[in-house]
Amino acid sequence: MADTPVIRLVDVRKVYKLKSGDVPALRGITFDIMKGEFVAIMGPSGSGKSTLMNMIGCLDVPTSGNLYLEGRNVREMSDDELTFLRRDEIGFIFQKFNLIPLLTAFENTEYPIILKTGHMDEEGKTMRLLKMVGLSEELVTHRPSELSGGQQQRVAIARALVNDPALLLCDEPTGNLDSVTGSQIMEILEDLNKEGRTIVMVTHDPHIAEYAHRTIRIIDGNVATA
Amino acid sequence: MKQKKNIFFQLAMRNVRLNLTRSLLAALGIIIGVVAITTMGILGANIQLAVSSNLSSNANSLIITPDTGGGGGFGGGMGAKTTALLSDNQVREIELAAGHNTVVPIHSGSDLIQVGTNDKKRVAIYGLDPDKVQDFVEIADGSSLRGASAGALVGSTLAADQNIAVGTRIKVGDETTGTSEVVRVAGILKPKGFGLDLMPDNALIVPDRYYTSVYGDQGEYQQVDVLVPSIADIPAVKDAIDKKMNKKVKVVQITDSGALLQTINSTIGQITLFITLLGGISLLVASVSIFNVMMMSVKDRINEIGILRSIGTTRGEIRKMFIYEAFIIGGVGAGIGGLVSFIGGFILVGLLGTSKYFFTFQSLIYVPYGVAIGIVICLLSGLYPAAKAANLNPIEALRSE
Repeated sequence: MADTPVIRLVDVRKVYKLKSGDVPALRGITFDIMKGEFVAIMGPSGSGKSTLMNMIGCLDVPTSGNLYLEGRNVREMSDDELTFLRRDEIGFIFQKFNLIPLLTAFENTEYPIILKTGHMDEEGKTMRLLKMVGLSEELVTHRPSELSGGQQQRVAIARALVNDPALLLCDEPTGNLDSVTGSQIMEILEDLNKEGRTIVMVTHDPHIAEYAHRTIRIIDGNVATA
Repeated sequence: MKQKKNIFFQLAMRNVRLNLTRSLLAALGIIIGVVAITTMGILGANIQLAVSSNLSSNANSLIITPDTGGGGGFGGGMGAKTTALLSDNQVREIELAAGHNTVVPIHSGSDLIQVGTNDKKRVAIYGLDPDKVQDFVEIADGSSLRGASAGALVGSTLAADQNIAVGTRIKVGDETTGTSEVVRVAGILKPKGFGLDLMPDNALIVPDRYYTSVYGDQGEYQQVDVLVPSIADIPAVKDAIDKKMNKKVKVVQITDSGALLQTINSTIGQITLFITLLGGISLLVASVSIFNVMMMSVKDRINEIGILRSIGTTRGEIRKMFIYEAFIIGGVGAGIGGLVSFIGGFILVGLLGTSKYFFTFQSLIYVPYGVAIGIVICLLSGLYPAAKAANLNPIEALRSE
């Protein structure tokens, strides 16, 4: 079990075909991320780390090379299969929180359960998670526009965890937060990792990257140090 | 017990509520469109019902009249003598051709009548074989004709107009020319309406022998009706008579009363359809506005679509969400439209004539029709925007502000 990496990239390349010519974003990336790891992916803007992030998040597929998520090759999957993979195996935490504006904090957290099962949450998991990330109970009926950035990110973390994903994928999770709130959020992620969650975090902030156990640097579409 | 939840319907519902003004305006377009087609349909149906109820129900007779050479075309040039009346011999030939169907020769003319001290009035007078009278008309009051006696049946309109009852004596003819006769009313007829065979509502029916004793024309008839009980036989019977009677030259005209009534009915139907289609233009305009609202909704929610897609919502589910939105707008619009057309249609039909036929199936069926068409139009208008939303690239959608 421990032998199968959560993520395995083998010579992953991505080329964007533009009118002005082909633009290579990833030039052959290979690494594994094992279960229980906390990995930071760092790199200057334009280095291809966002592209890499999209690949790992199954939002995009490699032009060549293979990416395995829990041993499954994403290149062979249909759009719906990729969607189900995102729903069931990946918890997304975005810089801009990306909660659904029409839904309350509770409904935002519950949404992936309904997506997966077609039923409402009757196990109380939604409330348990919201409590765990530190959202006070009177806020659960509020819509995202009525919450602070830190509160929204807490809801987003609860949402990311609700379907028990194999991987938490964080894209600049503290980028839109002040430093105090940012460290609170990082502490939550650290705790989750201690509980055994695999976390991959993209950031350009070295302080934030320090929370991770391992840092992968991407420069010009290549891995600089593994 | 797991509680099901249609989260996509919820999202659609909330988005409609969030953009209430915009959604209501689009729904208003649908309301107008549905009202336009539905009330036009109801109106047409009511006109049709009113007209056909005035048309004779005797749709199963062939009316044979002497050919007066009117539309003879080339055949008219053959020097054929056109008879003004049909003779006994011709009636017998028709009987042969008509097989077992009832053949009724009819005398018809008109004369002045006077009831009591009322003003004289010119009415149609039919002379019929008393045994066959009841094949044509129904008697509302009194009894039918008997033998050659000077009894008469009076049409409903004439009876009401002149205060005629069973037993009333009617003076027929003009004393000054010496042809005045008195007939006793044996029965009053039920209303029959407009027909091609007989139009008895404003007429007198007398026994054929009495008719010929007063007006002559013995053995000569203005018209012969063939009653064909089974409508399916009509074309064959018509053909047989045509072959028999119009061998070399056209001697008689054969009119199929049912076919003519059908023509009238279908003409009204076509007019109704045309007017309804005109109403449909407003529905088309409404569909454009739904389309527009849906496109705006997709554009406003690109980022949200990106979020939904990234956390595991399939294309199909996104599509469903937007189709629900179109359905909600369309359902509300068409529903209100149906209600308004029901009330408005009732008022309109009442203003233009009688609302007697409003609560009939043929009339009210236009309400569910209109509502269904309204909803379908909305769904169709929502298809493209929904597909557009579903096919957005999640990465680009997430990136958009």
